[in-house]
Amino acid sequence: MAAAYTIEDLQEWNHRIIDLVQDLGLDPYPQEFEICDHEQMLSYMVYSGMPSHYSHWSYGKAYEKLKTLYDYGLSGLPYEMVINANPSIAYLMRDNTLALQVLTMAHVYGHNDFFKNNFTFRTIRSEFTIETFKAHANRVRHYVEDPSIGLEKVERILDAAHALSLQCRRNLSIRKPTEEEQKEAKLQDSKPPADPFQSVHRRKEWVSPDLAKIPVEPEEDILLFIRDHNPQLAEWEKDLLTMVHEQAQYFIPQIETKIMNEGWASFWHKRILEALDLPQSLKIEFLIRHTQVLSPIPGGLNPYHVGMKVWEDIEKRWSKPDPEEEKEYGPKKKNAREKLFEVREVERDSSFLRRYLTEGLIRELNLFEYKSRGNEKVISRVADEDSWQAIKDTLIQNVGTGTIPVIKIEDADYGNNRCLFLKHSHDGRDLQLEYAEKTLQYLRQLWAREVALETLINDKKSVLGFADDKLTIKPVH
Amino acid sequence: METIFRPYHPASGQRSDRSAGDRLRHRQKVREAIRNNIADIIAEESIIGKDNNRIVKVPIRGVKEYRFVYGENVPGVGQGGDGELQPGQTVGKGKEGAQGHQAGDQAGVDYYETEVSLDELVEVMFEDLELPDLDRKNLRQMEVERQFRHKGFRKKGIRVRLDKKRTARSRVKRKKASQRADVAALHGERFPFHKDDLRYHHTVTETRRESNAVVLCIMDTSGSMDTMKKYLARSFFFLLYRFLCTRYENVEIVFIAHHTEAQEVTEEEFFHKGESGGTFISSGYNKALEIIYERYHPGLWNVYAFHCSDGDNFESDNPAALKAATELARISNLFGYGEIKPLGAGYYGSSMIQFFSQIQEPNFQTVQIQRKEDIWPSFKTFLTKDRVRDDAA
Repeated sequence: MAAAYTIEDLQEWNHRIIDLVQDLGLDPYPQEFEICDHEQMLSYMVYSGMPSHYSHWSYGKAYEKLKTLYDYGLSGLPYEMVINANPSIAYLMRDNTLALQVLTMAHVYGHNDFFKNNFTFRTIRSEFTIETFKAHANRVRHYVEDPSIGLEKVERILDAAHALSLQCRRNLSIRKPTEEEQKEAKLQDSKPPADPFQSVHRRKEWVSPDLAKIPVEPEEDILLFIRDHNPQLAEWEKDLLTMVHEQAQYFIPQIETKIMNEGWASFWHKRILEALDLPQSLKIEFLIRHTQVLSPIPGGLNPYHVGMKVWEDIEKRWSKPDPEEEKEYGPKKKNAREKLFEVREVERDSSFLRRYLTEGLIRELNLFEYKSRGNEKVISRVADEDSWQAIKDTLIQNVGTGTIPVIKIEDADYGNNRCLFLKHSHDGRDLQLEYAEKTLQYLRQLWAREVALETLINDKKSVLGFADDKLTIKPVH
Repeated sequence: METIFRPYHPASGQRSDRSAGDRLRHRQKVREAIRNNIADIIAEESIIGKDNNRIVKVPIRGVKEYRFVYGENVPGVGQGGDGELQPGQTVGKGKEGAQGHQAGDQAGVDYYETEVSLDELVEVMFEDLELPDLDRKNLRQMEVERQFRHKGFRKKGIRVRLDKKRTARSRVKRKKASQRADVAALHGERFPFHKDDLRYHHTVTETRRESNAVVLCIMDTSGSMDTMKKYLARSFFFLLYRFLCTRYENVEIVFIAHHTEAQEVTEEEFFHKGESGGTFISSGYNKALEIIYERYHPGLWNVYAFHCSDGDNFESDNPAALKAATELARISNLFGYGEIKPLGAGYYGSSMIQFFSQIQEPNFQTVQIQRKEDIWPSFKTFLTKDRVRDDAA
């Protein structure tokens, strides 16, 4: 299907959109659009939109999966793909209609604005994104081509590193204390509180903290810890670990703000397109597409829909404050626009939903909580007076990095045996044991010594140990 | 604020199939996974007599991407459509993978199956196997492999065979020659490649002819071979048959079925017909020997004999069987005896394996098949390339 429009048309629409974007107060990075075909789009999706990315078989697998789904018509391609970089890059599929392209461009500016302004993205040097990924690609290629290393060895490290890459610090805006600072803090903590009646009280026994323990405080960045504490790793292996870690860090903010980000972009594309005064022919298609993207998926959770509803609710509550609410909590200090921009800057999915997903919204969205039973989802709670709070808690637990178990390295010399001891902070959710076993095997490979993970299995404290290629599960008493 | 639009270039689209390398690597891994699971696949699928285009579903393990993820007991939140919802109501399927571009953080269902045709499966299975200890015999008949061999250079050819070094060299030659002809004109100017500079490798196809070989499949079809045993034996022979058809174009295959008497049967009869009666193992061996001496003289042919039986032989036949087996082992390159003893089949019946251990011939091999899972390993024991050659010692 030949598109019935030219690049000049797109540029024309883009000018009008930018004018609106600026009028509305959005503040995006400069934008670049690249027109591509569907094959290229598939590739971009697989490689996270990066023009250059190191190669690994998992991306081939992802491609095959996507392509099959696409070929059998089980899933369409996304209309838009934006990457968080400065300038931001977005891809437009050339087979899309003009209405869809205009919609996409408006949507892209929403994401772009979010990338630039949300606090979770502050830790990323977005002006180096493209170059970083390219440098990684070059380095991996260099190692693969090195006759003393080669594909097999590189793949072994990458496989293991990928398995552990998301086991890293989540809140990157909090600076990680250095080892010295950790020791200092630990020392301070161990001191007994000042006692005004020292002379009367018996002196408490002071236990000195074990400052020689490694790590001083439980460590979440597993890959980096292994890199720094396994002396057997070669330089190139350490480099690969660093690389995979850096890439995971790049994606953490996107995982953390999925609902907010999609909601924000949808919220603004709707307003931009309404203000654009589209001709009738484009208008109808826009309405159809918009409804398609933003309709709820029964049984599932459409981040576009949920996100946009919450943003719209914020706008409504701050532009027409509810008198009862104001009586209870005091008058609103900000107008709706200011509030929206503030929220866009200082929240992430979990805090966003906790603060702004109200009982009314939960009812309106008809949210429910389910439990899996075999192959089916069985509803356990529906949005009524008693259980809306529980549903909200469950939802918050399942957004952002909440889906990644928190596992920290407790001791690198467990039992004086150089065994790497990790602890899973159990929050009512058990680990999937098959996956845990295989991931531990990767950890064992990277650490090159015994590893052990403490977790709860069916409410029993257990230690999964991995030594000599065998998994052992021991209950702890 | 300047916005850049990069127009579409069809050329760049066609050229940059960037995921090709990763896809190839992934497929290699899938193939590897299939090879590692072949024993299970054969045990699960009844592949006997199935035609080549049949699709076999193969579960792929080993290409999963593992992470620490939450298990099944984790509740989730969904969105209802219109209408009232009730607790206890069932909605849709269980956990789906995450939607959108960040799939990495969800467990989802990472387990998947790939579909391969039986032909493809067979090809993967037999990659490393061959008829062991093939000797040179006087008459060579069997076509083994086509090989490509370099044979000189040509000025015409296909792109992949371009010899860059020689091409560059011939350009230098031409440059020198033309400079000698006209010193002033060419000095410092560009001197591009010309069509005449191109040199290509020339290759010729070669077919190696190997010595001729005959494979004798001997199966016990007596009454003691119940359905399960017959199934195991036939599975084994079916594999053998498929292997020979796939890897060798001109191997003769002889089918012999025996109970108290032996007869040569067709492929169809061999795989599908049932028989009953007592067991004289020697009858099968003698029939094989008779056929060998009549049609496939060991001086001219490589002989391979395989026998499957439950080892439940009449006592009185044992000495005769031993004698025939020794004879067969002596004249053949490999004589394999597979004993089918399903687990729990009871302790009745004797085992011929112990009895046959008297045979000293180095090319006599025995295996025991107890379960479906044993078929593939025992098959491999017979035909693995790097089989330890006892006779070399």
